[in-house]
Amino acid sequence: MHVPDGFLDAPTSVATGVVAAGTVALALQRARRELDERTAPLAGLTAAFVFAVQMVNFPVGAGTSGHLVGGALTAVLVGPWTAVLCMTVVLVVQAVLFADGGLTALGTNVTLLGLVAVGVGYGVFRLLLALLPRTRGGLLAAAGAGAFVSVPVAALVFVGLFAVGGVADVPLSAVAAAMGGIHVLIGIGEAVITVAVLAAVVSVRPDLVHGAAHLRRPSDLATRPGLRAEESLR
Amino acid sequence: MSRRRAPWLAGLLLTLVIAGFVSHHASSAPDGLEWAAGESGFADTARDSATADSPLADYAVSGVDDGRLSGGLAGVAGVAVTLVLAGGLTLVLRRRTGRPAADAAAAGPARD
Repeated sequence: MHVPDGFLDAPTSVATGVVAAGTVALALQRARRELDERTAPLAGLTAAFVFAVQMVNFPVGAGTSGHLVGGALTAVLVGPWTAVLCMTVVLVVQAVLFADGGLTALGTNVTLLGLVAVGVGYGVFRLLLALLPRTRGGLLAAAGAGAFVSVPVAALVFVGLFAVGGVADVPLSAVAAAMGGIHVLIGIGEAVITVAVLAAVVSVRPDLVHGAAHLRRPSDLATRPGLRAEESLR
Repeated sequence: MSRRRAPWLAGLLLTLVIAGFVSHHASSAPDGLEWAAGESGFADTARDSATADSPLADYAVSGVDDGRLSGGLAGVAGVAVTLVLAGGLTLVLRRRTGRPAADAAAAGPARD
């Protein structure tokens, strides 16, 4: 869902640029509370992983593809403010080095994939975490639901931007139906990948996962295979 | 290889394999936005990025003719750059061990 240059007019691109810059400035302050000696390396690795997985488009129905956004996954792994920074780095690298996503659309892409996908994905995750059992299964279900919802919501926010500043004069209902429909399907892939990756990380190093803090009791950790409790509590 | 390092190395290796090899097998069909733009008739308003002539544009290394090698090298380069930028940024921002979180937060955007 990388928006190219040209889809949105200049005022809309400037506005999303301002929103993106403000969000990143806030994230630079707030992320300090999420990052310590152990979680900072995970944030770097997570950003690189998201870059890599975004290269792998999976087929979605007839003649269409999608790829992981990674906003929800990153937020659950390293915290939402750090996730904004990770997603922004990925989007800047893609736009500047790989011509993937427009340069004038960079603010739009940071807004959609950094702010909206992270915010919605993490918001749904936290909401369900409070409702679901405090188990590893509950954690994965909450993350999967957040990931699923984040993709069509980001797509619909694009439709909102297109309504305000779309260059082409096309029926908005058609844009909304196409964007919403296809991104519900892509959201399923988003949820599957998010749950698979999170399950793997939680099984090896639950102590590093931001969204798994509620599972971090000694009794939880002692039963994990491949992890010594005294090591993880350090 | 220590037990503490193994998961990190495995994660990095997996990331490099995905970017360097698995990416070659990605679907080349239009993505959701491209498809929707075509369906609803605004695809032709897309403009080439100012970086369209970059040596890594479209995930290919210019001058490397073999598509598989070119895409794999571009992917590995992207992983390296992203790791350095994101890892460097988060290392600069992180709280130092033994220092209360409140201190780090109060320090605000100033560098330590």
